[in-house]
Amino acid sequence: MKIAAKTPRPPRNTDWKGEKGFTGMRNAGQGSSHESRATSNEARSSSSWPDDIHRVLTDANVRQVGYVPDSGHARLIDLVRADKRMRAIPLTTEEEGAALAVGAWLGGERSVLLMQSSGAGNCINMLGMVNECRVPLLTLVTMRGQWGEFNPWQVPMSQATVPSLAAIGVVVQGVDRAAEVGETVAAAARLAFSTCRMVAVLISQRVVGAKQFK
Amino acid sequence: MANKKPTLERRKVVADILEHRGDALVVAGLGAPTWDTAAAGDHALNFYTWGGMGGAAMIGLGLALAQPKRRVLVITGDGELLMGLGSLATIAVQQPRNLAVIVIDNEHYGETGMQPTHTRYGVDLPAMARAAGFRSAGTVYTSPQLKTWIPRFYRQPGPMFCSIKVTTEDAPLVLPVRDGTAIKNRFRVALLGISEAYK
Repeated sequence: MKIAAKTPRPPRNTDWKGEKGFTGMRNAGQGSSHESRATSNEARSSSSWPDDIHRVLTDANVRQVGYVPDSGHARLIDLVRADKRMRAIPLTTEEEGAALAVGAWLGGERSVLLMQSSGAGNCINMLGMVNECRVPLLTLVTMRGQWGEFNPWQVPMSQATVPSLAAIGVVVQGVDRAAEVGETVAAAARLAFSTCRMVAVLISQRVVGAKQFK
Repeated sequence: MANKKPTLERRKVVADILEHRGDALVVAGLGAPTWDTAAAGDHALNFYTWGGMGGAAMIGLGLALAQPKRRVLVITGDGELLMGLGSLATIAVQQPRNLAVIVIDNEHYGETGMQPTHTRYGVDLPAMARAAGFRSAGTVYTSPQLKTWIPRFYRQPGPMFCSIKVTTEDAPLVLPVRDGTAIKNRFRVALLGISEAYK
């Protein structure tokens, strides 16, 4: 079987469900009936968990958004790229985002780091610096290798995500219902920026949807 | 691969650069560049790193984007930069006009037993920066060259990259404050003011 490449970022005007390999939103709370059958641009403006995150980041005055893509974050990355108040910063590896957060905070700006769970292991030593410096770090991690995973190579890092983040001093908070993503990220942002701590929100694969290899 | 033999002395190079710092913000890479930066004169707007190897250039990027009106100098080592080579690509995509990445390149891992780094074998960091999309990049071997580059570090539109070849001669340890939280807070208070820094 040919292993599918990472889900490409969809063109701005395609519908949400049209993203290849994305079957999420089944468990979405309010608005789920829109998202799961979305066929128009209108549906994109209705409530969905990536939109909820975008609103939370806007309200929290987050300016720098470092990311290594994940299909689960595709919608949010689109929203960030279209938002003049935020700077979308594609990274080559997640640890760059940890260092970026230090620089942003030194300069008086808030940042967020978007990644999938396989990226958590890539940043551990850099997070040691963030910890030592008590720089607030908000990271939103979409889980792979967890709920209905097909790819066995995703499972080890997925299972190591919580213990490794916790070991380096990150406060880890999980969310497994789409309707609770927004409030969880809002609470995590408040915790991170008000207490100068590293906080990770792990968004369950149950919310994101398992990648389809077909 | 034969390299030209470096003649510049790292402590003097960094002192010469920082003599002209004005209101610039400085990020120092772990190891000798942090000692060099401290030796040039402690400053609240120095962010000394003692860890997080490979992160100095990305700290510089975050800072440069947050403070577009201030010049940001990253002063780091060849080994430190080699650990974060991807950051050259990430910085180039953002094109921060106020960022200069300066590598004090002694072609060795000085803190761990002087093993040769990749630059000793001819890896050309400025060529990599240029290929990534830095606006300018070059290598400095001599004092006259350094003299022409120093004003560029502060004025030429970035992102710019310079590798300054220095000898492996030991310089006395000059250790700045090492509590990371203290370094961060001092920097933020100096840059943002105390009420904003602790908001």
